[in-house]
Amino acid sequence: MNPGGEVQFTDEIYREVILDHYRSPRHSGEMADPDVFEAGINPLCGDELMLFLKFKGVAIAEIAFKGKGCSISQASASMMTEAVQDLDVFRAEALAREFKDMMLEGRPAESLSAELEDAKSLEGVKRYPVRVKCAVLAWNTLLEALKKRGKI
Amino acid sequence: MDIDKIRKDFPILSRRVRGKPLVYLDNAATSQKPRAVIEALSNFYENTNANVHRGIHTLSEEATALYEEARKKVARFVHAPSPESVIFTRNTTESINLVAHAWGRKFINPGDEILLTGMEHHSNLVPWQILAQEKGAVLKFVEVRPDGTLNLEDLDRNAGPRTKLIAVTHVSNAIGTINPIRRFAQVAKSLGALLLVDAAQSVPHIPVDMRVLGCDFLAFSAHKMMGPTGVGVLIAHEEMLEKMSPFLGGGDMIREVWLEKATWNELPYKFEAGTPNFAGVAAFGAALDYLQGLGMDNVRAHEQELIGYALKSLLQIEGITIYGPMDSAQRSGVVSFNLGTIHPHDLGTVLDEDGIAVRAGHHCCQPLMRRLGINGTTRASVYVYNTKEEIDKFAKSLDRARTLFGVCAPSPTDRPAKPSAKKEGR
Repeated sequence: MNPGGEVQFTDEIYREVILDHYRSPRHSGEMADPDVFEAGINPLCGDELMLFLKFKGVAIAEIAFKGKGCSISQASASMMTEAVQDLDVFRAEALAREFKDMMLEGRPAESLSAELEDAKSLEGVKRYPVRVKCAVLAWNTLLEALKKRGKI
Repeated sequence: MDIDKIRKDFPILSRRVRGKPLVYLDNAATSQKPRAVIEALSNFYENTNANVHRGIHTLSEEATALYEEARKKVARFVHAPSPESVIFTRNTTESINLVAHAWGRKFINPGDEILLTGMEHHSNLVPWQILAQEKGAVLKFVEVRPDGTLNLEDLDRNAGPRTKLIAVTHVSNAIGTINPIRRFAQVAKSLGALLLVDAAQSVPHIPVDMRVLGCDFLAFSAHKMMGPTGVGVLIAHEEMLEKMSPFLGGGDMIREVWLEKATWNELPYKFEAGTPNFAGVAAFGAALDYLQGLGMDNVRAHEQELIGYALKSLLQIEGITIYGPMDSAQRSGVVSFNLGTIHPHDLGTVLDEDGIAVRAGHHCCQPLMRRLGINGTTRASVYVYNTKEEIDKFAKSLDRARTLFGVCAPSPTDRPAKPSAKKEGR
């Protein structure tokens, strides 16, 4: 946005869907015996994320996260878990890349897959470059977790 | 003081941020610059630019005169022992590191003690950790009480015959506490130890008289007091500076150089190796003139009134926790707080949407944050150009954040998992 430009309502960073995920996170909590555990961290702002996954064949049978940090990082984690639960790992990976393309490469939100309906709302975070890493933390952690699964 | 008139001297204060008039409350990070400083900088480059202490030509002579005149202004501003006791560095951090290297490496021995406090900026902690590790010295601490003031019993308890240096911040950058430096000076003197005062947050905001403080080293930065970035100050008695080893080696700090050895230049040049930031120093002179014109007593009075007003209005916000002393006489123009469970970065963003600039995070004081049992805070810090109307806007924006996030809710991750509504029935 131009310095001094007017704020567009649609640009507002804290859209209701984000606040809803922040206040009522989906799949929040620890998992006792996950097949894969992965921890993600943003050292600069201290966001922390623990991701737990259980697989049935190539499907993500169960997913849960526990984290602390700002509303963007926590809402994004909630959206991610909701989007990829029950999907096969290849689809989950493709969605993570779509999301990152939107946040980092300028891919328009409209072009994202239907599973990312809620996650699209994070597009407004791009107006705050230092916060983009909060939004992508959960998705990066998922990609790392899926890489780990491949090695099991 | 006519604040409206002062505000007109600061071009940046008329800009808008995200469609709203800028409310700049991040002065503890860096201050804004009056037109006089900006013009001094561009005038220097347009009319005077030449390297100092070198050329036998008019421009160099003029540049050197501006550079040395600024040194005298610094000395007068804080009542330093002499202009020669004023060393220009890059910033407060470099000033403190200079002491750790040039004094510490020469005079600190195994088993010697360095007494610090639990509220130091990393820049007045890490250099001493490095020195202590290298020399086998011991770090001791004056701890912070829950109210954000120092526990002075620790000062009496932990200072002793092995204490060689006490290093303390005059004003906490993170929570605004003004520390009783005179007490530290008395203890240091009684033990024959040296006292270093990190004055980065005090010299810009409150009258500082080195003779009254009774310290051996005083460190601060130009950019927090309306001057340009890249200029820091270290002041110490000349006898002390004579005894110390050089810091950086190179041009300007030498008297004679042979292939195998060199001798050192006189003070203060012994500690100013290489081409200094002479344009910045010249403009810093203009900043000192500006502050002198306002009067530091007036600056402090205005900020104390503002921060008292801010404390009063912030305390009315439900769910707020304010850190540091609640008496504005013991606090600089800084108010550091948390609002319910809202993450400081979220608060920072909401405030930014309203054109309000604050700092959010650990403020380079991780040990202090740990001591207070928090990860970070949101910090608003005022300067002489801020107004009560701006504090009102700030409080209103905090109220908006409180509504947006819902303050009294427990941390979301502490709550039981809510099953995904969308995926049910699959």
